[in-house]
Amino acid sequence: MKILVAVKRAIDYNVKARPKSDGTGVELANVKMSMNPFDEIAVEEAIRLQEAGKVEEIIAVSVGPAQCQETLRTAMAMGADRGILVQTETEIQPLGVAKLLKALVDKEQPGLVILGKQAIDDDSNQTGQMLAGLLGWAQGTFAAKVEVGVDTVDVKREVDGGLQALTLKLPAVITADLRLNEPRYVKLPNIMKAKKKPLDIVTPADLGVDVAPRLKLVKVSEPAARAGGVKVADVNELVAKLRNEAKVI
Amino acid sequence: MEREAMEFDVVVIGGGPAGLATAIRLRQLALEHGTGLSVCVLEKGSEIGAHILSGAVMEPRALAELFPDWQELGAPLKTPVTDDRFLFLTRQRAFRLPTPPPMQNHGNYIVSLGNVCRWLAQQAEGLGVDIYPGFAAAEVLYHADGSVKGVATGDMGRTKTGEEGPNFAPGMELHAKQTIFAEGCRGSLTKTLFERFKLRAGVDTQVYGLGVKELWEVTPQQHHAGSVTHTIGWPVDQATYGGSFLYHLEDNLVSIGYVLGLGYANPYLSPFDEMQRFKTHPAIRETFAGARRVAYGARAISAGGFQSIPKLTFPGGLLIGDAAGFLNLPKIKGSHTAMKSGMVAAESLFELLRSESEIGKEAVDYPQRLQNSWLWDELYRVRNIKPAFHWGLWPAMAYSAIDTFVLRGKAPWTLHHTPDHTSLKPAAQCTPIDYPKPDGVLTFDKLSSVFLSNTNHEEEQPCHLTLKDAGVPTRLNLAVYAGPEQRYCPAGVYEFVEEAGTPQLRINAQNCVHCKTCDIKDPSQNINWVTPEGGGGPNYPNM
Repeated sequence: MKILVAVKRAIDYNVKARPKSDGTGVELANVKMSMNPFDEIAVEEAIRLQEAGKVEEIIAVSVGPAQCQETLRTAMAMGADRGILVQTETEIQPLGVAKLLKALVDKEQPGLVILGKQAIDDDSNQTGQMLAGLLGWAQGTFAAKVEVGVDTVDVKREVDGGLQALTLKLPAVITADLRLNEPRYVKLPNIMKAKKKPLDIVTPADLGVDVAPRLKLVKVSEPAARAGGVKVADVNELVAKLRNEAKVI
Repeated sequence: MEREAMEFDVVVIGGGPAGLATAIRLRQLALEHGTGLSVCVLEKGSEIGAHILSGAVMEPRALAELFPDWQELGAPLKTPVTDDRFLFLTRQRAFRLPTPPPMQNHGNYIVSLGNVCRWLAQQAEGLGVDIYPGFAAAEVLYHADGSVKGVATGDMGRTKTGEEGPNFAPGMELHAKQTIFAEGCRGSLTKTLFERFKLRAGVDTQVYGLGVKELWEVTPQQHHAGSVTHTIGWPVDQATYGGSFLYHLEDNLVSIGYVLGLGYANPYLSPFDEMQRFKTHPAIRETFAGARRVAYGARAISAGGFQSIPKLTFPGGLLIGDAAGFLNLPKIKGSHTAMKSGMVAAESLFELLRSESEIGKEAVDYPQRLQNSWLWDELYRVRNIKPAFHWGLWPAMAYSAIDTFVLRGKAPWTLHHTPDHTSLKPAAQCTPIDYPKPDGVLTFDKLSSVFLSNTNHEEEQPCHLTLKDAGVPTRLNLAVYAGPEQRYCPAGVYEFVEEAGTPQLRINAQNCVHCKTCDIKDPSQNINWVTPEGGGGPNYPNM
């Protein structure tokens, strides 16, 4: 079985994101970018499945500008066998990404697609679900445990009340949650080897996919500054303030 | 334990201007001569530039020698210096002084040195250099004959107590014919080389400054691209060596920083708070009206200059850049000398590696080549200025004027330095300094500042700020010096907290911005800064 893993180049989790002064987006100039942490978990899971003999080949896919090659090289240094970059300089929204991934799935015929549950930049949490919908495949989102059988896969999902156990028919789409695994450290020699692994570059036009944005970004701004707290004299004053000022009761 | 090993011709420790210039020059020479030469750069930051912090006004001399077509290649030197002011501050007023010749910046550029390094790294990779950010060189390896064999990267995934955690990955050995140490000021491996090869025998002690810097986005009305201001005087007294810089870059960005000599005497002094207080001066604060702070960081610099330059070579390796101490303090610039030293080292190494194929040789002609270069002459001429500040501000200014204008740097004497860690006076002999409370608009506290350095360290790892004697912080530092580490650390790493009724030192190693001040200033040299897991530390965007 082949497995396809989608990896997004996103603002690094250590960086304190700040809006551009004109409100048109988040300041990304010279900011450190790295692989979306949930996608790292997805890559790790694919590698563990390969190490367990369930998977023959891991294909890492990214969508975005030329610098996404670095993200793919990281995935390959972790253990992915090859990479495909759908290169585009324009902003691609979750539906566009899902359509591009569908086109690649049609071409590569993997038995399983694993993605991060969401990217830490826009927190959309949509691509995996949309991809499953477009493919008509089963989906196991927010996966905390994955066990691949002969033609099914067992997924434990993180839900509000605890864990939900599902058995999905293969092929399927899985999105990785935080507790699925802890990604390995990348080793130096593997970074070197990853430079020699195959990396194909295609464009959305090559795949015949329309990626025109459907959503319009209105404005990006900082959250309102938190107002300082006040001490209240007694319960009556607290209740009054909650009712009249905070308007929460 | 067996570690995997990789072989290179040259391994460079540190991806700053010096290390990258060496790697570039080596590969340029190899390509010119059509010979193979494998060059690897190790960088402890998560990416090239992540740990680079500098003013910075850059003199493009070395860059132009390395890449004569740097402008066509798109080097990020975009803002030529147009206006140069040198001010003496009193609490309320600013007096303009003539700009001393070393500080004149005609033909120089205001840059983010981090971005310059990012660009240099791209050029280096294009020339075939292997660059590995996120890996810290943690240990020097030696051959049986005592020559340097290479380095080992640090283990990843050890627990707080040092055991192998679930994701443990052992360090790697990198073996090289020549290992270049370009760790910057107070390099943790360089420090061990000083001892092992007695590289500092017969030279002055190194002395240091701590630079605390912020990057601001100001309103277009307050922005004057190319404007350079330096100040001396207030807020520090005349016995303390300190001064500020204020540079207007492109895109409404203003870089502001305060550099304080670490030879200060009052343990109550806090470089961070001096920087905050400095911004409130009437001549300074208007620049920041309606502005927002976007980045913060700090880094120590070597200030000893010419007389503190150690022996530079040893079997199997050599020192370049600020690890060796090539910063020109009166010029307050070190990136051009760092690059130049790296380029000269590369030329020397290339000849050596061509003629001597064996390992463990010493590039003995590197210091000679340096002495024949402009770098040596430049550092020699200004060598007496910093030590003169030991006499206080005004005598030093007067002496500097005579040394520069009359003697032209050729005085028949050389003034000497005393070590920074011996300069603190007991707290009982000093007056506590009452710093103003931060207003959260122009001035800030340490924690909200460290937040903007984007620093982080994997929590479950051994503390990288090691104490030789765990009793010293309370027994000596707190009892005699009122706990100076709480104040000199610009990242709030050290704090004394009450535990069971007695004060204990708490080390918040996760906050560390890798400035190395604690390793320098601790009165009994009890703190040994070692590399944390690779990739840890600040993530400076464009500092």
